[in-house]
Amino acid sequence: MTPQAAAATEPRTLAPPERRLSRVAANEALGAYRLISTHDGHGPADPRPGQFFMLAAAERWGAGADERPYLPRAFSYARARPERPGVRLDFLLEAIGPGTDRLAQLSPGEELALVGPLGVGFRPPEPGSRPLLVGGGIGTAPLLCLAEQLDSPTILLGFRSGAHAEAARLFPDAAVATDDGSVGRRALVTELLAEELDDGPTTVYACGPAPMLEAVRALCAERGVPAQLALESGMACGFGACFGCVVPTKRGYIRLCLDGPVLDADRLESAL
Amino acid sequence: MELCGVSLRGPVLNGSGTFDAIAARRAFGDALLERFPFDAFVSKTITIEPREGNPPPRLWETPAGMLNSIGLPNKGLDGFLAYDLPRLAELPVPLVVSVMGFTRDELAALVARVGERDEVAMIELNVSCPNVETGLVMGAEPGETAAALDRVRPLTAKPLIVKLTPNALEPAAVAEAAEAAGADAVSLVNTLKGMAIDPRTSRPWLGGVSGGLSGPAIRAVALEQVHSVAERVGIPVIGMGGIASGRDARDFLAAGADCIAVGTESFRDPAAGLRIGRELAGIGATPTAV
Repeated sequence: MTPQAAAATEPRTLAPPERRLSRVAANEALGAYRLISTHDGHGPADPRPGQFFMLAAAERWGAGADERPYLPRAFSYARARPERPGVRLDFLLEAIGPGTDRLAQLSPGEELALVGPLGVGFRPPEPGSRPLLVGGGIGTAPLLCLAEQLDSPTILLGFRSGAHAEAARLFPDAAVATDDGSVGRRALVTELLAEELDDGPTTVYACGPAPMLEAVRALCAERGVPAQLALESGMACGFGACFGCVVPTKRGYIRLCLDGPVLDADRLESAL
Repeated sequence: MELCGVSLRGPVLNGSGTFDAIAARRAFGDALLERFPFDAFVSKTITIEPREGNPPPRLWETPAGMLNSIGLPNKGLDGFLAYDLPRLAELPVPLVVSVMGFTRDELAALVARVGERDEVAMIELNVSCPNVETGLVMGAEPGETAAALDRVRPLTAKPLIVKLTPNALEPAAVAEAAEAAGADAVSLVNTLKGMAIDPRTSRPWLGGVSGGLSGPAIRAVALEQVHSVAERVGIPVIGMGGIASGRDARDFLAAGADCIAVGTESFRDPAAGLRIGRELAGIGATPTAV
């Protein structure tokens, strides 16, 4: 396929070519996470599940520990609701560093700068193929909007702790595993996946930490099940300018922001 | 305005390697062409052979800036001419192609073959690499720079811009040598060499071990180098290094630059070049409050 033909069929909603300001509507605790909702008055109302946005607080971005953050931070959106004008976007985040610390402090009414939607999202399953969603931790975020677009998908979610597993409440019907057994089964989510895979046609959609994605990749490769993995990599720009976010594939490095973040698992030797 | 005889709609370029117009068109569509952020577009550096670039991790955030260790991934000269050049020719602004050779022969081949293409308005020589024959960084020493220019100057009538490295004992002396050997302009600064340590392993964080520092963290250094260079040469100076606002751009022009380039700020906002150009036009040469 030519690059143009590939571009025409890839699940990508184009982003406006500039950073814009959205207005934070809500910032709520959800166990160990924050769920931030922002009104993007100038963005497209139809991002594709798996696409991401580069986020930066409009004020006090750079006044944190070590004078950081400086660069925006990449987040897959969790939900999008058309709103006139524009769209209301929800992001799930955990405060783990100077960028996420600042984003977690955003108050309703504050401005949040964003660029997006960026990257390539999930492709719908082939007709007749059962969608099976596998999420780990903060990686459950893009599965939320994906689940809304699918017809009764099977959803398996794994978390470190009960506080993290609060995020499962966003999903109407998900099987949950936790590392400590405080919520759902004491198991790895990939153990649930191994039990759930049967001989029927299935498409696996996964997002989560690299070891989880690698376990999903290996399991699906062994069972001959097609899988789409949403990977993560540190990014400076999100639109192919910096070449910083490359991941190795069977055919060399690719820029995850441009050719991903969702990749067919069979393009990878390993998701680690 | 004019730069080396090429007509530009304004003074804002991009730093080489800080904006991939082909990739950005995939993300933003043709709206990118309608609101193109720069008044001339500088390509990523191309080399004779294709390069995969350095192993990740390639980025590290610093106070007010970032380190990168990308390693010049590119399709190589043939791939660039066949695939990238026709797409870059669709941009609404003049095209500057950045080239790097690891020997003077390589540099000569790049300049000759890029220079014969009508789509190319100017050529920028990235001399921030070691000459494998002498072991010296071409742009770190006046004699090396002059020898490179002597070799390539007769090969093209197109304007040649020398991209100066700040990692030189005296960048102004290198600029002077470049001018004497026939360069039409100089651009500066490239990134400052730096590194970061992985807090978990106490080993170098970047896959390429060392990297280049950019962003507002280097602005004061860049401004001084632009000033020193502009005092010593008569050819146009393209100034860059942490420019994030119209006021920063104005400072570089005041220090002696004829044009400015936006680099790392475009990572934060793809339209930074447009915004900075607009702010600069609004400020003019008027002093502002400290």
